[in-house]
Amino acid sequence: MSMIATLTDATVKRRGKTILGPINFELAPAGITIVLGPNGAGKTTLLKVLHGVERLSSGRIQWSVPDAEARQSQAYVFQSPIMLRRTVGQNLAYPLKLVKAPKADIARRVAAWADKTGLADAIDRPATRLSGGEKQKLALGRALIRKPAVLFLDEPCANLDGRSTREIEALLAKAHADGTRIIMTTHDLGQARRLAQDVIFLLKGQYHDHGQAAAFFSKPRTAEAKSFLQGDIVE
Amino acid sequence: MNEIWAGLQAAFWLVARLDPDLVEITLRSLQVSVTALIIASAIALPFGTWLAIRRFRYRRATIAVLNALMGLPPVVVGLIVYLLLSRSGPFGVMGLLFTPTAMIMAQVIIITPLIASITHQAMRELWAEYHDLLISLNTSNRQRIGTLIFDGRRALLTAALAGFGRAIGEVGAIMIVGGNIDHATRVLTTAIALETGKGDFALALGLGFVLIALAMIVNFAIHVLSRTEREGRW
Repeated sequence: MSMIATLTDATVKRRGKTILGPINFELAPAGITIVLGPNGAGKTTLLKVLHGVERLSSGRIQWSVPDAEARQSQAYVFQSPIMLRRTVGQNLAYPLKLVKAPKADIARRVAAWADKTGLADAIDRPATRLSGGEKQKLALGRALIRKPAVLFLDEPCANLDGRSTREIEALLAKAHADGTRIIMTTHDLGQARRLAQDVIFLLKGQYHDHGQAAAFFSKPRTAEAKSFLQGDIVE
Repeated sequence: MNEIWAGLQAAFWLVARLDPDLVEITLRSLQVSVTALIIASAIALPFGTWLAIRRFRYRRATIAVLNALMGLPPVVVGLIVYLLLSRSGPFGVMGLLFTPTAMIMAQVIIITPLIASITHQAMRELWAEYHDLLISLNTSNRQRIGTLIFDGRRALLTAALAGFGRAIGEVGAIMIVGGNIDHATRVLTTAIALETGKGDFALALGLGFVLIALAMIVNFAIHVLSRTEREGRW
């Protein structure tokens, strides 16, 4: 299922201060979108309002399918992975149990995803005792196990070593190949270049640039985006 | 000092001989307190968890009232339940006064706020940890409460044990609504109060030691069965 999101004057305010917006754009139905920008640009807030875990102060986000259906077919991976106080296998099974999937189906998919995430040997271990990289892979597996139409990731590789980053990128590439729409924030320009098909550049909560990755990286349209890509401090 | 020693001896012989009266009132104590604990837990665990996850207008006031109810005087609870169940009361027709059922009712009223309050404290922390994940998974309130209760079950065990401790050691309310009737509503605490009144301190102390041992055994058994404090467990 492909879904298009249209943002119309989407604005988020906290204690009277505008954190994001007003933003107007249409999110393409497929591909990997990387949201770039310096700290405090509103990247995480954009992801959260798109997913519906944070409310807009004004404006609207319209998905091409009913809201309830859109939420059910989305998944979110947080920067600091949230582990249920359960085993690795139980963490993987959790989203399937929520939708009352058949037991045999749950067992089969949990085993498959434990294998894909490289956690088959740790399936009975408490999830909270995994390393940072393992936790993030588990969080990604748990997000993908219901085969979401849209996957949001908030800096999934922050603080991870090269090997874990590579494994997570491989999982993302596979998920994308299987038809999952990916929208991800990152600080890592190298990762953005490796994964992005299109890029959204945010600055001070404002939508600054949006375009095909190749064009954005070779010929950024704004001076701020150019400075950001050159590694300058952009405020 | 002599009375404590005599109490220990009395307790030993009561247990060693499996004194029929002791067995009867011990079993009744357990029956009343465990039943009250099950009913109170069925109410308090979901309610305390619900209170941790829901935001509503009078939430703070509700929490304040709940915390205040933890200190509910058992004698007052006993008096109110007595008035409700007495012949002239609204539920007098049910004939429950001076029965174990009345004692269970009083204990449920006493321990429910205690269990709910401890549950709320424990679940508030767990909810802060799980909040974003459970919201993003689009869970219903029922699923959230179920998840928190399941994952926080060891913290909730502490809440339940606190409730059991209060129930098994309670005397004021059950004396009023149970009447301490021999072979009908006499439990360990009311028997201790009776023997103390009669001046039989050795027997009263003996029953007291049995009561303490019973509370410790139940606590220990639940900890062993629930495998708390084990490596790799939460």
